[in-house]
Amino acid sequence: MQNISRRTALALGAAGAALSLVGLSKTALASPESAAAEVAKFAGGKAPVAGKISIELPEIAENGNTVPLAISVDAPMTDDDYVTDVLVLADGNPNPGVATFHFTPLSGKADASTRIRLATTQNIVVTAKTSKGAVYTASKLVKVTIGGCGG
Amino acid sequence: MADAPKIRVPKTAKKGEIVEIKTLMPHIMESGQRKDKDGKTIPRKIINKFVAEFNGKPVFSADLDPAIAANPYLQFNAKVNESGTFKFSWTDDDGTVTTAEQKIEVA
Repeated sequence: MQNISRRTALALGAAGAALSLVGLSKTALASPESAAAEVAKFAGGKAPVAGKISIELPEIAENGNTVPLAISVDAPMTDDDYVTDVLVLADGNPNPGVATFHFTPLSGKADASTRIRLATTQNIVVTAKTSKGAVYTASKLVKVTIGGCGG
Repeated sequence: MADAPKIRVPKTAKKGEIVEIKTLMPHIMESGQRKDKDGKTIPRKIINKFVAEFNGKPVFSADLDPAIAANPYLQFNAKVNESGTFKFSWTDDDGTVTTAEQKIEVA
């Protein structure tokens, strides 16, 4: 009798642990996958090519509530060859979306800076589309000491 | 109501010059993920769109998500070929649109 109840208790404990693991992995893993899905949607069926984009971020962000981010896409920005849209994603936030920037030849440069919130250490994924139909992508890891999505 | 946006645009530029523009809009950018002390989710309230135009032509715009920090700051560039006016607008989730203008002399 004693043995059985011990076994039952262990089994219950294991089941509980498995359940909580499933729960955890659901929230923790949702974003990298949904980030990849967002990139695919944005690219519209094209395979993004690595390069052309530079991402400026602190290596270690002490405060995830406001992290400076600067992106720059190497492009001529002439009337017939310019960057049209740039998608910025954070693959470890509760929702991957950060911003989408829209440029025109009047932008002069395909550069933009802002300040973002980061929940945890994660990758920033930047994807750019040009008027000629090219798609570029780049990503950069940022370490976050204190997350900025809590409360 | 919120404070007025802060804008930095050069007063003058040469024809064809690429000028740097900085904007800051005072706004809480409530993410919709925080909870109050009773455990209720605080509803999302953010600036979801920013648009910059020069003499009526689009220069730069941005769709913003809750991952943009409070008091959304945006820095970008504009190529100016003639004197004119920059017009900026920020759209809140509740539909409020805040606008601001700034003139530039192009020699």
